[in-house]
Formats: sequence, structure tokens, C-alpha cells
Amino acid sequence: MLTRKIEVLVGLFILSGLAAFLVLVFNVANVEVKANGSNYTLYAKFSNIGGLKVRSPVKVGGVVVGRVSEINLDPTELVPVVKLSMDKRFNQFPETSSLSILTSGLLGEQFLGLTPGFIDDDIAMLVDGDRIDDTHSALVLEELIGQFLYSASKD
Amino acid sequence: MDHQVLAEPKPLVEIHNLGFSRGEHVIFDDISLSIPRGKVTAIMGPSGIGKTTLLKLMGGQLTPDIGHVLFDGVDVHKCRREELFTLRKRMSMLFQSGALFTDMNVFDNVAFALREHSGLPEEIIKRIVLMKLEAVGLRGTANMMPNELSGGMQRRAALARAIALEPEMVMYDEPFAGQDPISMGVLVKLIRELSAALQLTSVVISHDVQEVLSIADYVYVMADKRVIAQGTPAELKASDMAQLKQFIGGEPDGPVPFHFPAEDYQKELIG
Amino acid sequence: MNLLDRVANLGRAAIELVTGFGSAGLMLWGAIARKPRAKGFPLFVKQLYVVGVQSMVLIFVSGLFIGMVLALQGYNILVGFGTEESLGPMVALSLLRELGPVVTALLFAGRAGSALTAEIGLMKSTEQLSSLEMMAIDPLRQIIAPRFWAGVVSLPLLALIFTAVGIYGGHIVGVEWKGIDSGSFWSILQASVEWRQDIVNCLIKSLVFAVVVTWIALYRGYQVIPNPEGISKATTQTVVQSSLAVLALDFLLTALMFGR
Repeated sequence: MLTRKIEVLVGLFILSGLAAFLVLVFNVANVEVKANGSNYTLYAKFSNIGGLKVRSPVKVGGVVVGRVSEINLDPTELVPVVKLSMDKRFNQFPETSSLSILTSGLLGEQFLGLTPGFIDDDIAMLVDGDRIDDTHSALVLEELIGQFLYSASKD
Repeated sequence: MDHQVLAEPKPLVEIHNLGFSRGEHVIFDDISLSIPRGKVTAIMGPSGIGKTTLLKLMGGQLTPDIGHVLFDGVDVHKCRREELFTLRKRMSMLFQSGALFTDMNVFDNVAFALREHSGLPEEIIKRIVLMKLEAVGLRGTANMMPNELSGGMQRRAALARAIALEPEMVMYDEPFAGQDPISMGVLVKLIRELSAALQLTSVVISHDVQEVLSIADYVYVMADKRVIAQGTPAELKASDMAQLKQFIGGEPDGPVPFHFPAEDYQKELIG
Repeated sequence: MNLLDRVANLGRAAIELVTGFGSAGLMLWGAIARKPRAKGFPLFVKQLYVVGVQSMVLIFVSGLFIGMVLALQGYNILVGFGTEESLGPMVALSLLRELGPVVTALLFAGRAGSALTAEIGLMKSTEQLSSLEMMAIDPLRQIIAPRFWAGVVSLPLLALIFTAVGIYGGHIVGVEWKGIDSGSFWSILQASVEWRQDIVNCLIKSLVFAVVVTWIALYRGYQVIPNPEGISKATTQTVVQSSLAVLALDFLLTALMFGR
């Protein structure tokens, strides 16, 4: 009942559907095939995270090395705690590294900038579960303007 | 198939006190009839009387409000679905339009039920199908699509399909409607010959009086929601019942009035 | 009395609605809640051809044009803010999150859904369905089930093709015509599209639409009043009802997926 033509065309249809799926996954969403457990987790506390969101990138000099995986409020200190999921390939950051919340462009998305610290004999590398202490909070435009006005009025 | 036919002349189908209505509209009111085995039984009546509905009730596609339909002693409407399907393999229906599957050719149409139910190898199915097609004179159309056939040929192909599984009973729904005289003659001949050759019980539903009277062994005439007359063709022709005479003679006016009930003509015109 | 009539009309409409849902549900249940059988597979493949392959050209061309138009309009707006590099994410996200599943489902309702209704309606009015019944073959299984599964498989595939083609259409306009840098088009696009949030949700949406559109089309065909007028009415109803259902469900799904 089925002709060869129908079978071939249906096969092609399914193949092109799958091809579209693969294009979307690998070319558009840029999913990287990684072995399981290739991430490690870091924590950082900020006084203000501004517009940082889950899935915001962590960048070192513009290279994405991880992403924000969770944002919580510390129940005792009442400051935001950010959980970072870092790529295992980039695991050579010293404990002295610092994190700042930066903005791409004037009105763009906010991301975390990681600045690697100095390396010394008694400085260990950051490993899974560590906390980065040296953090710089987001610049809030209103606060900046407030400060500017305050200092201007003193002159 | 059934060797008791001669020993025990129990009818194949018995309908007892059947009542059926669609919404408010009563279609059948207390109908009883029986279909004897191996005979051609005709059910006649004017159009719109619900003759097709009667066939669907017999095939278990519709359920009556009251009454029973017994097929070989089994109540069609008390069966579970599987039992009903088993019964239906023993009966078959030739629809008014032929109802050939439009997306397959004539051969596949006839082979369809065989492939579904018989479990026979394809080679044997092929022989059976060609035999059935030969019986209706359409072996040459095996590779044609249904829409390439004329209306009469479609009905013959459908007949080949209906007898493919060698059923005990074939129900013909208006087999002669809208046929030219030649196709009509061919169908009359086929129904008569196939019924005799295959020991088929046939139920023919029609309003084509002459054709029906020529092939039927026993005739029921229906009008006004019930059976008004029954008998052999000869008995019916001899009857002097006014309603029957009008129907068989095809007279425009009589007990079934020419005029649809309306207000007084003169009153309505002049006001 | 007039008021009572209206209340009665409302009640009747409600009863008909519930009865409709019930019998549509029974039809679907009867068709798919069965053991699959080997004989059903060729029927399914044939319907994949009718429902899927025959819609492909339409989906391909529409996807290309919608992607291109989206890019052109988006470019004209974004260039005013000096952020024309964001064209990639704009095109990709609109297609993945909304236009891909929704427009594909609407086109599918018009192309395949109406054809399914008309085909089944014709089968019913030419007594082919009754004829199957009388041959002791369940028409739900023989006719409805393969078409349902073919619709459910085809529409998500078509939505993926539509979206992928649309993004390349956007690329053609943005990069080849308007001169956005190809590297930044893709990299910004890739940074903003996310596997779980966007692609999986696109698939979920199109799967839901596939079930709904195919179901409505089959039910309308199966319940058709068997005459030419009934078939044309049922075909129109399929397109209208499944389009409305798709748009309403889209809002619901979007609220669930992106509303937080």
C-alpha cells in the first residue's frame, strides 16, 4: 500500500525535522556537550546584586567561565547570596580573586566579572563549595546620581 | 456453512416489536419481521421511511429504544463489542453509495477485509480477490481507483467486497437506486445468482418495485412507521389493499396524498 | 417567560458543550488507548506523508518569509537605539518562544487540519466509516488513530523546521542585506538563547498544539453531518476552533512558562 516515494519523502521529512532540532540546539542555543559533573560550585555574597539574574554569565576578561545558578538571601545577614556554577575547564582561580557586578554597555544586561587575584605559595586555588569574599556590588544609577549631587552641593 | 438450515427452518434474523426514534421523531413503531435463511427477503417502502436505519439496527450500528434483533438466536444489541464484531464477520452490507475506500484501488478494496480478518497468505488472498472480481465481471478493473469506475461498476465492486469473506447474510441498501436499466439488470442478475450460488441469505431494501418483486422470495412493505403488508410477490400483486396498490402501481394520488397537508387552498389564495 | 427561555438556552448550550467534550474525549480514548499493532504502522507512515510532508513546503516558505520580515522590522526599530546587534536574539527568541509554535500550528490547522476534517467527513458521508464498522473493523483504530499520531509527530517537527528556517531568514536580512557582523549576530544570539527555557518550551508548546489541532480536526470530521453542507461547515469549524484554541492555550502556556 505504501509506495517507495512516500517512504522516502517521510524519511526525508523526519530527517529534516531532526536536522532543524540539531541546528536549534547546537547552533542557536549553543549547548555544549559535556561530561556529567563538569561544573563546580562557588558562592559569593553581595550587598546589592542590582539586575543580576539566574543564568547571568560569569566572565573573565570577556570569556564566559560560568553562570549564576541560584540567587538567595542569607537568612541571618540579610544580604544576597549568589551560587555560581563554574566550568571545570577553568579551575585555576586563586582564593584572592574578586567578583564584581558589571553592566554590558550603558543599558545592557548585568553579568559577573571575575578578576583573578595574585598567586602566592600560601594561596590555594578555589575549589568546589568555596566562597569568594572580595565582592563589589552593582552600581545603582540612582545612588551614583545621589552621590554626585551630594558632593556637588558641598562645593 | 450451517448444516441445520434444512433440518430446522429457524429464521436467521428475527426482529421483535422494534421501536426506534431520533429525538422527538418516531421512525419505527413496533415492527416485527423475520428473515428466513437462504432466501431473498425484500423490504420495500417509500423513500424517507427509514429503511436504511432498519439495516443499521440489524447490523448493530444503531441501538433500538425497545425490542430485540436476534441474529441466529443472539441478541445483537446485548453483545459486547467483540461479540458484535464476531457477528459482523458473518454478515455484510452493500451500501447505497458503494462506500468503496477512495484511497485504495479496487483490488485492495476487495482484499481489505480478507487481509484484516482471514490471516491468509497474500498469494491466496490474491486468488480469492480475483475470483470475487470475476464473479461480478470486474477482474479487469483490479488496478483502477474507485473514482475511475461508473456508479454501477462501483456498486458491483462493492458487492465483490461484501462477499469476500463469504458471509451468511448480505444486506443490500437500495442497490438499484439511480442506476441505468443495463446496470440495474446486471445487479438484479448478480444478486439473484450470487444468493443462489453461495447459499446467501439476502435482505434487499428498495423502492424499485418491479426489480424487487422479480428477485424476492418474500416481501415486507413498510409505511407510516410499521409493516403494512407482507407476503410473496404474487400475494402482494393480488392484494387489493389500497395503500399497497398505490405503491406497487406507482399512482400519484391515493392513501398517500399528492398534497402535503396544508390549509384550505381557496381560503389561502383569496384570504 | 422570556427570561426563562434564555436561562434554558444557556443551560442547553452548556450541556451541549460538556457533551461535546465528553464525546470528543471518548473518540480519542477509543482511538489511542489500544495496543499498537504491526498492521497500523504503514497507515501511520502514510498519514505522516499526507499530514507532514505535504505541509512542508508551506511551512518552509512561511518560515523563511516570517524570519525575514521579523528581521527587517526589528532592524528598523533596533537601529534607532543603536543596538542593531541585538537583532539575532530578537529574531531567534520571538521565533522560538512564540511565532514558531503558534504560526506553525495556525498554518497546520489551515493546511492539514481542514484536510483531515474534509477527508473524514467525506468518508463518513460516503458511508466508508459505516462500511468499516460492518466489516468488523473499528474505524477509530483504522482511520482516526493513525491520523492522530501522524499529526502529533508532524507538528513539532514542522515547528522546528519553521523556527530554524526563520532564524536563517533573519540572518539573510540582518547579515547579508543590512550588514550586521555575522560573528556578533550569532554570538549574541547564542548567548541569549537557552536550551531549557527556549527550545524545550518551544517543543512543549508545539506538542500541545499538535494534540489540540489534530484532535479538533478529527472530531469535527467524525461528527460531521453527512452532506456537502455539513462537510464545508465542519471544515470551517476546524480552522476557527483550532486557531482559537491554539491562541488561548498559547497565552496559558506562556503565562506558565515565562510568567514568573
